[in-house]
Amino acid sequence: MTAAVSFEAVSRHFGAVKAVDNVDLAIAEGEFFAMLGPSGSGKTTCLRLMAGFEQPTAGHIEIFGETAEGVPPYKRSVNTVFQDYALFPHMTIVENVAYGLMVKGVGKAERLKAAEEALAMVKLPGYGTRRPGQLSGGQRQRVALARALVNKPRVLLLDEPLGALDLKLREQMQEELKGLQKSLGITFVFVTHDQGEALSMADRIAVFNDGRIQQLGTPEEVYKRPRTRFVADFVGSSNVLTPDVAARLGGPRKDASLRPEAIRLGAAASGETAVTGCLLSSAFLGATHRLTVDVEGARLAVSAPAGSPVPAIGEAVTISFSPADLHPMEAA
Amino acid sequence: MTSATLPASITRRDRGLTGRLSDTLWRHPQLFVAILLIPPLLWLGIIYVGSLFALLAQSFFSIDDFSGLVTYELTLSTYGQLWSDANFDIIVRTVLMAALVTLASAVVAFPIAYYAARYARGRMKAFFYLAVMLPLWSSYLVKVYAWKLILAKEGILTWFVGKLHLTWLLDAWLALPIIGGSSLSVSYTGTFLVFLYVWMPFMILPIQASLERVPGNLIEASADLGATPGQTFRSVIFPLALPGIVAGSIFTFSLTLGDYIIPQIVGSSRLFIGQAVYAQQGTAGNIPLAAAFSVVPIVIMALYLTAAKRMGAFNAL
Repeated sequence: MTAAVSFEAVSRHFGAVKAVDNVDLAIAEGEFFAMLGPSGSGKTTCLRLMAGFEQPTAGHIEIFGETAEGVPPYKRSVNTVFQDYALFPHMTIVENVAYGLMVKGVGKAERLKAAEEALAMVKLPGYGTRRPGQLSGGQRQRVALARALVNKPRVLLLDEPLGALDLKLREQMQEELKGLQKSLGITFVFVTHDQGEALSMADRIAVFNDGRIQQLGTPEEVYKRPRTRFVADFVGSSNVLTPDVAARLGGPRKDASLRPEAIRLGAAASGETAVTGCLLSSAFLGATHRLTVDVEGARLAVSAPAGSPVPAIGEAVTISFSPADLHPMEAA
Repeated sequence: MTSATLPASITRRDRGLTGRLSDTLWRHPQLFVAILLIPPLLWLGIIYVGSLFALLAQSFFSIDDFSGLVTYELTLSTYGQLWSDANFDIIVRTVLMAALVTLASAVVAFPIAYYAARYARGRMKAFFYLAVMLPLWSSYLVKVYAWKLILAKEGILTWFVGKLHLTWLLDAWLALPIIGGSSLSVSYTGTFLVFLYVWMPFMILPIQASLERVPGNLIEASADLGATPGQTFRSVIFPLALPGIVAGSIFTFSLTLGDYIIPQIVGSSRLFIGQAVYAQQGTAGNIPLAAAFSVVPIVIMALYLTAAKRMGAFNAL
């Protein structure tokens, strides 16, 4: 099966800046693919390379087996939901949504009908006669989605589409997007700097840093088995251990990651490793307590379920974890 | 935190007259706005609007053909004179010239403004502003006389056209009725070229400002949705730049309607509205007719703006 989008050793350099540096990836058809990374990591440039707004300085891009270099955006069967939505301010909502069909020469009655259907799909029926300026951020986001989907793209590119929404709305949209993707079966490529968003929505995640992919895998793989210190740090917040500390905790003498929620307060059960330390601080986060424990100079973050008794600051505590959760990483 | 570091009260009463004045103005913002606006409003109200009204009033008087004195009785007979063949020709000539200059300015200015707004960065942008503004820093008379020399029969343009072996084309153009003449500097074509040059910055700058406000991602979004560059221009860029074009055209159109120097220096001896006003209020001593002529551009501009608004030129504002 041909990949929906494939990159072979793709680079995009702006002068001395290597925005994207030697990236290989293959996105399967129907996949929900997230590109995760901090700002300036190259994830958005990758998306722009797929959309055709940028051309690679080296390497080869294919979209459904067809060479994409030199193909302008308006000839690609991909559509984009822009970060700040990029709705046309001089057009009504329905004109915005019908725009893609209008420029392709679809008749007026037909395209207005399709636009209304698309608006109904994103739960904005009857909003057609308004203008973008009259809608809230969340509503504009839905219009941008409808405007892209009405063209029935084979790949939908989403550039931090939820970044400007408040938390509640964002969680709601995450579910809706996931549902839409499942029901439409379109390949979604989603750029985000929010690791929670990437973990909860994506089938696979590519973690970007400095223009390169640090790790590519399912959310579970990326979370549980971070390949590098960067991934361990960026995806969730892990205890990144130096080789010395890792060895002291019973692992190999290598950089290692130990997730806070893999550590438990209390004595070791069978097969577990236990160490004692001193409780430095504790914070109540609602569902959990966030504890910091000093173990012979190494500070470990521990996530304890709310409701469990929390020792007083400065007390000696015993913490234990399964050796399998102490995950060694590559040095990079 | 010790109480010694905190003031005893949140209010300070240690300021003098100016302090109390600021407090009063802070409490009564309308008063502040009034103080700001009274001087310019007095200026605008008495000197500007006042003189405009005096002018309008003059146009409803008439001149006694026998004595040459103004008869201070309200009448529309002066406006009637505007419809006489000679006067109406002046109006048509001026409006036509203004329309052509405006259209040509928009066509020439748009690519320049587009380049400046979308592509020019850093030094190129500074150069653009300098190139557009520099002509505005020198006297308009100097520029017009310079153009008279450029366009003269022995001028550089004729010489250059000769070098290009295109003299036949220039001759053919000058042989055309109405727009031709014995040389460019005494033809309507010459007048047109000078108007086009002199008002060009007034068209470029508003268009550039309006294009500058079109976010780049709208153009990308349009391409992303399948629009070719031509479609993007027609459906996105042009409609969003339209307020700028209209703003620019208000300048070029009204400046051409009112100008009386350029057609006097470069062009045929036939009059434009500005020259007619000048002649009527000066040598002819017919103030009412001069006033009536002055009202014509005001009415035309009012009609033009109404039409532009109806067509939705300001919707994107």
